[in-house]
Amino acid sequence: MAAILTAKGVTKRFGGLLAVNKLDLEIEENSISSVIGPNGAGKTTFFNCVTGFYNPEEGRIIFNGHEIQGLSPDRVTRLGAARTYQNIRLFANMTAIENVLVGEHSLLKNNFLDAVIRTPRFNREEKSAVEEARRLLRFVGLRGIGDHLARNLPYGAQRRLEIARALASKPKLLLLDEPTAGMNPQETNELTRFIRDLRDQLQITILLIEHHMRVVMDISEQITVLDYGSKIAEGSASDIQNNPAVIEAYLGRGAATGLKTTKVH
Amino acid sequence: MTAKVQTGQLSSFSNKTLAFDWKGLLRIGLIGGLMAVLVSIIGMVETFHGRDIVGGVITMGQTVLAGAIFVSSSIAASRNSSHSRLSQILGAVVSGLLATATLGILIWFSQLVNLRPIFVNISPSLIRILTFEKDLPGQLVPALGLLLAYGFVIGLFAGLLYVAPTKMRKAVTSGIIWVLVIGLLGELLRTLIVGKPIEESVSWILGTRNQKGVSVIGAAVIFSLVAAFSTLSQMFGGRLGSQVQARKAALPVNAQRGLNATLLLVIFLILWQLPQLFGIYLSDVANTVGLYILMGLGLNIVVGYAGLLDLGYVAFFALGAYTMAVATSTAVGAGRGLILFSLGLTFWEALPIAVGVACLAGIILGIPVLKMRGDYLAIVTLGFGEIIRILAFSDFLKPYIGGAQGIVKIAPIMVAGQNLTRPTELFHVVLIICAIVAFIAWRLRDSRVGRAWKAIREDEDVASAMGINLVTSKLLAFASGAAFSGFAGAIFATKLSSIIPGSFGLLVSINILALIIVGGMGSLPGVLVGALALVALPELLREFSEFRLLVFGAVLVGMMIYKPEGLLPEETRKLELHEPEPGELQP
Amino acid sequence: MAMLDVKDIHTYYGNIHALKGISLEVNEGEIVTLIGANGAGKTTTLRAISGLLKPREGSIKLNGEDLATYHAHELAFKGIAMVPEGRGVFSQLSVDENLQMGAYSRNDSAGINKDKERVFKLFPRLKERHKQPAGTLSGGEQQMLATGRALMAHPKLMLMDEPSMGLAPILVEGIFEIIKEINKEGTTILLVEQNALMALSIAHRGYVLQTGQIVLSDTAENLANNEMVQKSYLGVE
Repeated sequence: MAAILTAKGVTKRFGGLLAVNKLDLEIEENSISSVIGPNGAGKTTFFNCVTGFYNPEEGRIIFNGHEIQGLSPDRVTRLGAARTYQNIRLFANMTAIENVLVGEHSLLKNNFLDAVIRTPRFNREEKSAVEEARRLLRFVGLRGIGDHLARNLPYGAQRRLEIARALASKPKLLLLDEPTAGMNPQETNELTRFIRDLRDQLQITILLIEHHMRVVMDISEQITVLDYGSKIAEGSASDIQNNPAVIEAYLGRGAATGLKTTKVH
Repeated sequence: MTAKVQTGQLSSFSNKTLAFDWKGLLRIGLIGGLMAVLVSIIGMVETFHGRDIVGGVITMGQTVLAGAIFVSSSIAASRNSSHSRLSQILGAVVSGLLATATLGILIWFSQLVNLRPIFVNISPSLIRILTFEKDLPGQLVPALGLLLAYGFVIGLFAGLLYVAPTKMRKAVTSGIIWVLVIGLLGELLRTLIVGKPIEESVSWILGTRNQKGVSVIGAAVIFSLVAAFSTLSQMFGGRLGSQVQARKAALPVNAQRGLNATLLLVIFLILWQLPQLFGIYLSDVANTVGLYILMGLGLNIVVGYAGLLDLGYVAFFALGAYTMAVATSTAVGAGRGLILFSLGLTFWEALPIAVGVACLAGIILGIPVLKMRGDYLAIVTLGFGEIIRILAFSDFLKPYIGGAQGIVKIAPIMVAGQNLTRPTELFHVVLIICAIVAFIAWRLRDSRVGRAWKAIREDEDVASAMGINLVTSKLLAFASGAAFSGFAGAIFATKLSSIIPGSFGLLVSINILALIIVGGMGSLPGVLVGALALVALPELLREFSEFRLLVFGAVLVGMMIYKPEGLLPEETRKLELHEPEPGELQP
Repeated sequence: MAMLDVKDIHTYYGNIHALKGISLEVNEGEIVTLIGANGAGKTTTLRAISGLLKPREGSIKLNGEDLATYHAHELAFKGIAMVPEGRGVFSQLSVDENLQMGAYSRNDSAGINKDKERVFKLFPRLKERHKQPAGTLSGGEQQMLATGRALMAHPKLMLMDEPSMGLAPILVEGIFEIIKEINKEGTTILLVEQNALMALSIAHRGYVLQTGQIVLSDTAENLANNEMVQKSYLGVE
């Protein structure tokens, strides 16, 4: 299978701090991959480099055949990458359905004049956009709350809404930043299943940052471990679990032994 | 452990009887008193005393004084909310007494020392108002006693109102508000009906021609009617309203749209007829309000929709006005008060140019500030507004735009061979343009463009990650906001037929921003309400003009505390038809 | 008598009735945990106790004193500290300054320095970055800082909202260890945690919340063995 995302020697500095250090990474199309590592290891910074929030000082990022380092976020989105955020960043004073509609922005064409005159194109497009938004809300399990303001939704619903909004741009690559943070074990299990369904049903590639080791080990086909901006390990779940460097820096003895004994499903 | 139990019992026991937060009460009472002293020594009470609300009985000045005491007493009552009703009422009374006592100290002090060299407004006539026309210093004691009694009555009233059932409280409050409003506008209402057959039949409410405000009987009748209506609508209105809503929701979508359109058309036709009723003066006020609505709608796109705080918005108004002036003025020549050249166009030829120039200026201002947010953006736009005003004043540009003397002889609006110069005629033009602009703003709101603006307002980075091009979206917001303002400027120029740079000061920008905040950020009806409250009212109540900024400031602070979302907040659109209770939420 | 006594509080977000009569008690020296699904009202309960949200009905008492008339900042001086969920650090201030702000209500400099060393021992990452503005920390590091700042207040009652959220596995065990430790030193703790298994393993008692109401309350041990709790909140299937 071909790689959909390739990073070659990506380096990002903040002043004297080396946040991401000569990172090489290859993500296969239609796979589920994870990036893990201690807090402050540069995981979110790498996501920000991929999605156009940061411009890396060195290196190249190739997504779906395009070099994307340094492009603005809206250009990257138009090329087919979408993301969620570690600390939820919804449009708080817009309704849930409006949030999803904004996600569809890059697929819609109607402009200023269409909106004022309400051309047939506008009406047709808006109607199908609203239908698509309703469908996405149902898909992530948020039927019936489309007209609530995003800020009034409970935490778990906000996480799901963020995923629905990201899916609305019909991405080829979905980057999820700690999707299960703040969820209890039951909700985490549901979300894990949901992420796998996403890949299977929508044929998209998923890259996630996650601290819930059961989730990571359960669904990732490839795991990359970062520490101080550099890659310290890469491989399958069992490779990573037994890697002494990873246990030392990140998992800790307890979690590593716990993982071997408990297994979801 | 036992000691703790005892204190616990003690405090729960005292909760049921009288318990005061004395420190808080003292603070609130004193604040109320200082408010009363403040409005007195800045001359507000005396100035407002000239306007009767209930003819010969209650003046606006007394209302402002009583209002300060009433508000502090109400707050005192609400501060004791966890205590018994009796202590709430007593709290309000104590606060009322404290407030009037503070005022009493001012009066007593003014008899001992001559305060006028410092506070020029503490005149004998002010003291006479404050002491209910008693002769000082002879009757100082009875005067102060009367004042305290006054505080007692207002405090008691505020306390009783606070503990009264909600329905009753609402009925009484709306009754009082309506008496105040009709009383304030009494003079205005009288000018509307002078010489018309209706004058005779309502004279018992408004009093005779030389009276101001409403008559005593009128006040009583208005109060009872409003209170009764309020009670009835609280008992049945909700049900009736929801029935009407349900009926309407049951109609097919097309029929609902038809109904809304018909309703709007009827309102438009009624507005169209207004100048006949209004006469010259009121039509002129209405035109000014209309121009502010135009600018409010434009700034609402920039600030309310897209969240870009623009403090130099008056610049586009000025550019629209100056473009109209230079393009149409006939005062061409090389002497004083003349400009070197003019295009000699008609209003209709110059209008698109004026709007285009403003629009272009919006884009030119927009480009350098694209990367700026919040306070930085506010400072830069503020500077832009000042630069335009200073350029208009400058001698350097005087040959072209007239300098401090401005430009005269601007072309009037010509329709079907007739010049529309009278305010009553201009009104129709303003009305049509307002309707068109409101229509555009409304249609943009629920479109891809409008959603992109709102997303930028909420979170610029994430909006960009949704595929929204920040550059084009922001420039579009600046450009359309500027175009609406240019429109208003062009009409302003032709309405006055001459312009001077002094009309385009910072205060105009602040006025427009304030009317959006008061009305409700991002809300279209809010712009209308804001313009009526902040432009029409001060025009109609001339006594206010001196204290306009003070009242503005007080109103804005009050709004931010009690109703930060504005009078008519932005409504969220329902797109998902079935809406269950939040309890049905799936986890 | 209970140190914290919450009686029948009701709160609303707009028209949504968030808490529908929550009553709970926390005794001095206890660790009490609130468990429940997202949206059950756990965070709202903490916000109400810390004065960030005024309940429309009901009372909250600390050592018998009604807290209704106090502002949130006054509660800090009463010995209540809150670890907010997620961010909530002063992003323009350095890590050091953030920790100093936590000790705002204290004036024993020796004790403050001791507590600061303890925070750095727990989170070596913060020591490495102690001069860096908090806004430039990663999400997980900000979470550490928020917890560290609350520890600096040396409160009588600490309200902790998801202290383990966003932390690397190696740190999750550490944070529960430290909660136990500061509890032994005399701080009473009310803990909201999605990692219910860990929370119940260190708590004395617990309450289970569902849609704004308490449906179950028992000792931590009994809750951990309760079938409904195991199924719904511990992920045992």
